[in-house]
Amino acid sequence: MSRDKRMTEDDAIASLSDGMTIGIGGWGSRRKPMSLVRALLRSPLKDLTIVSYGGPDVGLLAAAGKIRRIIYGFVSLDSIALEPHWRAARQAGTIAEPVEYDEGMLQWALYAGSLRLPFLPTRAGLGSGVVDVNPSLRTVRSPYDDGEELLAVPAIRLDAAFVHLNRSDMSGNAQFLGPDIYFDDLFLSACDPGHRYLSCERVVPTESLLDEGTFHTLRINRSMVDGVIEAPNGAHFTTCEPDYGRDEAFQKVYATAAANPDDWRAFSERFLQGSEAQYQAAVAEWKAQS
Amino acid sequence: MSSLADIVVIAAAEAFRGDGEIFASGMGTIPMLGARTARSSFEPDLMVSDGEAFYVGNELPIGGTNKVVEGWIPFRSVFDTLWGGRRHVMMGASQIDRFGNTNIANIGSWDRPKAQLLGVRGGPGNTINHSTSFFIPKHNANVFVAKVDMVSGLGYDRAAELSEWVQRNHRLPRVVTNLAVLDFNSADHSMRLVSVHPGVSVADVQAATSFELVIDGDVGETREPTADEQAVIDRLDPRGLRHREVS
Repeated sequence: MSRDKRMTEDDAIASLSDGMTIGIGGWGSRRKPMSLVRALLRSPLKDLTIVSYGGPDVGLLAAAGKIRRIIYGFVSLDSIALEPHWRAARQAGTIAEPVEYDEGMLQWALYAGSLRLPFLPTRAGLGSGVVDVNPSLRTVRSPYDDGEELLAVPAIRLDAAFVHLNRSDMSGNAQFLGPDIYFDDLFLSACDPGHRYLSCERVVPTESLLDEGTFHTLRINRSMVDGVIEAPNGAHFTTCEPDYGRDEAFQKVYATAAANPDDWRAFSERFLQGSEAQYQAAVAEWKAQS
Repeated sequence: MSSLADIVVIAAAEAFRGDGEIFASGMGTIPMLGARTARSSFEPDLMVSDGEAFYVGNELPIGGTNKVVEGWIPFRSVFDTLWGGRRHVMMGASQIDRFGNTNIANIGSWDRPKAQLLGVRGGPGNTINHSTSFFIPKHNANVFVAKVDMVSGLGYDRAAELSEWVQRNHRLPRVVTNLAVLDFNSADHSMRLVSVHPGVSVADVQAATSFELVIDGDVGETREPTADEQAVIDRLDPRGLRHREVS
């Protein structure tokens, strides 16, 4: 029998320390491990380096002042193109060290990290503003006859990784049932063992993993995961197809609350102060009223 | 007479003419409509997606859900496809300069932006690997600038400083706006006025542009869709969402 790795969001967050590099799976406002992000918001952790195809995870952590450094290709809420909390933080200059990459460069950095290579070569980024604003990036020359100069994207190794999947067994054999795994497997593979946390809509017996999807959906196995958190509606308000779509109305409330500090304080007090169960109850109450 | 939006859609579709069996990717309503219109009329081999993760085999209207899936294109495959060069994207730009450097990342300094926009997203990888066209719904001097604040997409001057491979593969086929169609087919690859939309003058376009456009010979008028193409556009956008992007 495989090991039972089940735990709570708060157990996972309690294992982390200040200054860690945390990778967050999903893409924009799609299948983000929001219950883990909310637990991180409740913690005293600070000076974090975040690696993300950013959505509300980045917006919330930026608004809470948790981010010292961030490696990102974009930050967007998809249906709301610009993430207002991220914008406010960037425009106020409160992110000490933003590291802006092309989307494909970020994949390469995580892939290099997962393969334990120092870098991977690419053309993406060459000649663009990315190299203008990241002077530490270096190039490498092809050792073959072409001799082409390429960008050497440095590997990212993570101290911790958070992803949210549709199903998992108690050991971390996990399944995506939606249209895209995004780069969740790379976030886990680029992370040192110890703090690789996977939340899921439902923990199921291993023998049930093929009930809802083919074997192709089993892209994450237990050797990639240290902790499993059952978090129904845990990606809320981002998408978690086919379990649920994005809560567009709630996302709008979240985005609109960025407009002034009083609105944001009210939003935070109503939704972000308590436990995950209290968050879900507050959302249900909000839905009933609206 | 066709509406401006219909003329702009067919001008966007024309960007994909001759592309063959590659991924025609459109960011936003009019670019997506352009790709789908090209496929349903003069460029039938194009691959188009639902904007999420699937290639669509049938003629899918904007916002339509009744799709025939002909392939799976999650983001990882999008990157593989674009680095492999089998893609032509039409995207937006908040700023563009005379050599086609574009910016969707931020306005003002990058260190402390006046306005944080999307970030560079896939712009650097797109422009260095395959054809990238642009759709700009409001052609004015704040968008057509002397110098972009952050280069998210490479222009011809920057590509010229890179490898021969890059110079062979970097291509900005066209820029479609609410006023005109432009390209970079000039001696030094600076922006050239190809055609003006009906009712727009060459002077109007120049006045809305912060740098001097290349104007060689007579500038024609952007064509209207044929009757068949108009029928395609109407089928693909029955709710008329294109009219919200340009007017």
